[in-house]
Amino acid sequence: MQQLNETPNVLDASHPQLYRDDSWRPLFDTLRAEHPVYYCPQSRSGPYWSISRYADIVRVDTDPQSFSSSYLHGGVTIEDRVAASFMQMDPPAHTEKRRNVTAVVAPKSLAQMEGLIRERAGRVLDALPRNEEFDWVEQVSIELTSMMLATLFAYPVEQRHKLVDWSNLLTADLDDPESPIRTEEERQAGLQEFYLTMLELWQQRQKEPQSYDIISLLAHDESVRSASFEEICALFGLFLVGGNDTTRNSMSGGAWGFSQFPEEWRKLQANPSLAGNAAAEIIRYQTPVIYQRRTATRDVVVGGETIAAGDKVVMWYISGNRDESVFADADRLQVDRPNARQHIAFGMGPHRCLGARLAEMQLRILWEEVLARDLAIEILAPPVYAYSNLVRSPLSLRARING
Amino acid sequence: MHIIFRYADSRERVVTASVGDNLLRVAQANDINGIPGDCGGQCACGTCHVYIDPVWAARIGNVEPGSTEEAMIFGAPVDARPTSRLACQIDLTAHHDGLIVDVPEGQ
Repeated sequence: MQQLNETPNVLDASHPQLYRDDSWRPLFDTLRAEHPVYYCPQSRSGPYWSISRYADIVRVDTDPQSFSSSYLHGGVTIEDRVAASFMQMDPPAHTEKRRNVTAVVAPKSLAQMEGLIRERAGRVLDALPRNEEFDWVEQVSIELTSMMLATLFAYPVEQRHKLVDWSNLLTADLDDPESPIRTEEERQAGLQEFYLTMLELWQQRQKEPQSYDIISLLAHDESVRSASFEEICALFGLFLVGGNDTTRNSMSGGAWGFSQFPEEWRKLQANPSLAGNAAAEIIRYQTPVIYQRRTATRDVVVGGETIAAGDKVVMWYISGNRDESVFADADRLQVDRPNARQHIAFGMGPHRCLGARLAEMQLRILWEEVLARDLAIEILAPPVYAYSNLVRSPLSLRARING
Repeated sequence: MHIIFRYADSRERVVTASVGDNLLRVAQANDINGIPGDCGGQCACGTCHVYIDPVWAARIGNVEPGSTEEAMIFGAPVDARPTSRLACQIDLTAHHDGLIVDVPEGQ
C-alpha cells in the first residue's frame, strides 16, 4: 500500500495488493458514492478512468464504437498486452469470429456435458476426506474445473495439471512477490510449450472429422485456419483462462460465501430448486474477473465527465456487483436474490462471457451434489487470494467435512 | 391483443398483451420458460433470443444488419436463424396482434 500512502488523494483501484488483502470494498464505496467516473492520474500502468457504478459500466460495455477492445489500442487489460483473439477485437470482426466458436457452448453441447459434469462432481466429493482438514481450492475447485477444461480441449485428462499451470502463467501478475515469472518475455517463453502442444493437437484435428471440442472447432473453421499464428495462440489462451479460472474461483467463492451466510445454505437445503439462481448469485458475489479495460475512440461524456479519445477506461465489475442501487445488501450472498442474474460478472454487450451458461451449470451441479450428499462443510479460515487486479482468485481455502 | 409463444415440443402458450408492451416483459410477466433476459432488457446479454414465425418475420421485419441486436444474436451460443430477434428489442404495436414466437431450447 506504499503507493497509496505516498499519494493519499489518488484513488487507485488497480493495485493488486487490494485484492490480495481483500481490502477493496471501502475504496469502491468511495468511488461509487463520490467519483463514479474517476480519472486516476497515476498508477503502475499509467493514468486511466475508473468506472465503478453498475449503470455506467453497462453504458461503456455496450458501446464498442466509443470504447474499443482492440489489441491495436492495447486490448482489455490496464497494462497494454498484445493478444489478438476476438476478445481483443471490435465489431464487426469480433462478431464474425466469435460466431464461429459459439457451438462449443451451444445448448445441445451443454446438455451432453451435464451428465459427465455431475458424475465427476459426485466422484470428487465422495473422495474428500472426512473429519480431516483439506484444501477446497486444490481438491474441489481445481479438480473439477481442470477436468472440464481437459474435456473442452479434448486434452488427456490425466495431464490436466498442465492446463492449470499454463492458465496460472497466463494470468500471473508480474509484480506478485510469489510469481514464477518477472517479465512478459518470461511469460511468453513459459507459454511456448502450451502453444506448441495446442498447435500440434490443432493440426491433428484438421485431419479428423469435426467434433465439439474447442480445438476441433478451431481446426475446422476456415477463418481460423487462415488466421495468423498469434491469433490462433491467443484463441487457445482465451479458452484456457475463460474455461478455467473463472469457474474455479466461483467454486471457491461459493464455499466461502455459504460459510459466511449459513442461513443461505439452509434456504437452499429447504428449496433445492434455488440452485440455479444461487449459481448466478455466487458468481455475482465472487466476481472472478475483477475488471475489463477499453480504450476511448472519441471524446465521450459518461456520468458528466469527458473521457478523451485514447484514454484507458476500466470497468470495475467487482464494484458494479456491489452497487447498492441495483443489489440491496450487496455484500451479502442471498440465494433467492430476485435479480441475481442481472450481475455484471460476465460483462454486458457484445463481449459478454461466451461460457456463461456452462459456468452456471458447473456451479449449480456442484452445489446440487453437495446437497444430495447432505455434506456438512466447515470452512476453517478465510481464503488466501492471489496478488492480482484481474482475477479474484482464492489460492487456498481450508475446509473440513464433518460426519 | 394476443401473443403466442411456441416451445420446441410444439406446446403453445397464448398470452394477453397491450400496445406499448415490450415482448420480453410480456414473456417474463407470463412466466414463459426459456427467455431469461439476464440483463433486464438492455440489448446487452443476448439471452432473450427468440425466433419469429417466418410469416410474421416478413411482416415485422428481421434484425437490422450491423446493429447491436444482430451482434448480440450472433455472439450467443443459441443457433442464429434469419428470423432470430431479441425479445427486448420488440415493442408491441397493433400490428403485432397474433404474433407467433418460437422459444429456443436451452437458453
